[in-house]
Amino acid sequence: MNIMEAVRMALQNIWANKTRTILTMLGIIIGISAVITIVGMGNGMQIYTKNEFAKMGSNTLNVTIRGRGTSRTVSEADMYQLVADNPTLLSNLSPVVTVSGKVKIGTTEAKTTSVTGVSEAYFPMKSYKMTQGRALEYVDMTTRKDVCVVGNYVAQTYYDGDAVGKTIKIGQNTMTIIGVMEQQNKKMEKGGTDDAIFMPYSTAARIAQLGTLTSYVVSIPSVENASASKQTVENALYKVFRTEDAYTVMSMAQVMDMMNSMNNMMIMVLAVIAGISLVVGGIGIMNIMLVSVTERTREIGIRKALGAKERYIMEQFVIEAIVTSALGGSIGILFGYIFSAIGTFLIVALTGTELSIVPSVSSIVLAVGVSAAIGIIFGYLPAKKAARLNPIDALRYD
Amino acid sequence: MSALIEFLDVCKTYQMGDTVVRAADHVSMRIDKGEFVAIVGQSGSGKSTCMNIIGCLDVPSSGVYLLGGRDVGKLDKNELSEIRNEMLGFIFQQYNLLPRLSLLENVEVPLMYAGMSRAQRRERAREALTMVGLGDKLQHKPSQLSGGQQQRVSIARALAGNPAVILADEPTGALDSRTGREVLKMLKDLHEAGNTVVLITHDNSIAMQAQRIIRLEDGCIVYDGDAHAPEAVVSPGLAGKAETV
Repeated sequence: MNIMEAVRMALQNIWANKTRTILTMLGIIIGISAVITIVGMGNGMQIYTKNEFAKMGSNTLNVTIRGRGTSRTVSEADMYQLVADNPTLLSNLSPVVTVSGKVKIGTTEAKTTSVTGVSEAYFPMKSYKMTQGRALEYVDMTTRKDVCVVGNYVAQTYYDGDAVGKTIKIGQNTMTIIGVMEQQNKKMEKGGTDDAIFMPYSTAARIAQLGTLTSYVVSIPSVENASASKQTVENALYKVFRTEDAYTVMSMAQVMDMMNSMNNMMIMVLAVIAGISLVVGGIGIMNIMLVSVTERTREIGIRKALGAKERYIMEQFVIEAIVTSALGGSIGILFGYIFSAIGTFLIVALTGTELSIVPSVSSIVLAVGVSAAIGIIFGYLPAKKAARLNPIDALRYD
Repeated sequence: MSALIEFLDVCKTYQMGDTVVRAADHVSMRIDKGEFVAIVGQSGSGKSTCMNIIGCLDVPSSGVYLLGGRDVGKLDKNELSEIRNEMLGFIFQQYNLLPRLSLLENVEVPLMYAGMSRAQRRERAREALTMVGLGDKLQHKPSQLSGGQQQRVSIARALAGNPAVILADEPTGALDSRTGREVLKMLKDLHEAGNTVVLITHDNSIAMQAQRIIRLEDGCIVYDGDAHAPEAVVSPGLAGKAETV
């Protein structure tokens, strides 16, 4: 008797108890499809974060200078010099000044709109492009002009798409809009990248009454060397302040890694919870196999009387359990894909983000492995019980 | 004639609660190749125990059982399975067919465990079923057949492996007298064709169909000889009273 024979026999038995088998497999189906969908969700989130960061520029360092309460300070000229001195590790620089004045368009207040002062280098750094008018230029910085560039959401919401040349009031200052940025997100949202105003950092510093600039974004030529670039900036700042507490240099790549590891952690937790249902499913299989052994006691007795060795009986039941869980696993994979597709569709339809659930090959390999292992582990005990039956007692059993 | 089945002082004891039941009490006998023997006894006489031991489903507590010269008591479970498969063809009172399998597949079961190839055992099973007159019902399920027909399937299954001993345990017990006679006729035919047949029954009239009767009472042999001798059907323990048949 070979394995194929045993598989055929197992399929016959499973077919003879269709309803019961399907109910038994349900635990495995739910577990496997949940694991695949959840891991796929994590995968999708990782891809999404990567894309979003790429859009924001994962090739940037965010530098925050707090100082140490002394007169020691780093000026913007020092920062520009630092970038100029390290062309292989640092490529460009823009100060970042956050302005917290009230934003008013006519009499309407835009509460969610962010206002930031940046240099002309900021736009290529973040790959922001203009759809109308022009971006900020160097001359706007030196002359501290009251001009600004607005996000597409601002232009659409408050100016019906025709914003260039109009004015906007930020705090006490009236600014002239010189450009409108291209839409950044598929679906524009309040408070998002499209709901933003950018002005020359020099103007912003004036409005915010800021003596020295404290925040910079530095672009780097390659993400691979992000830590070397970061180190360069840190070394330069340490030389000035002599303490690491005076500044923070954060690389976006680092932030992305952090977010990814947080994501992974969350997905792991969810996957483990889904995995529990696999164990429960396995116990279901064991339960039904035990019932099946009891039901088929007489059959086992007959087979043994006719010459079946313990190994054959064992094989028959283990294979039956494996086939059951493998079938469940396959159906689970199928459902995993279906749920992923539905999930992706819902996420895109409801939130407009480009997050898709991407089932990974590794999770499928894992799922198949786990379901086969469940078959073996939870089929073993009932099979052992069957194989050990005494043929005389089994033949007498009704 | 060589001894095919040989019991040398075989005992079998069971623990039942506090008491030890002696189901076979120093039984010695020998059955030769080509014989047709009926083992007869009331319930509790120990005939089932003897049948289990002859059938290698059980081993003696003490004494020696030789089947084809091999000491069965020394075999482990798997070797017992092997020897059952190789040497014995079982015919049970309740037919013991596998309900989900077709007749053909049922007859194939022992051949499968013997490791025969699929095509070969299919052929053998077909032959055996044709021999018992069911060649036209190969794909039927046991439940589609009458009791007599089912018993014929089990005879075919017993025959298919070409065993040294055909062991029939109350083969007519679940059949009406007419189909019972048919089955007995078939066993007689098998014997005439040179097979060794051991028939276990409680029924004297059926036992008399055999050549030789071994009568058991309380685990001991009380008669062993010609089936047609008058003592064969009379239990000495019942002192001259004829058994009700």
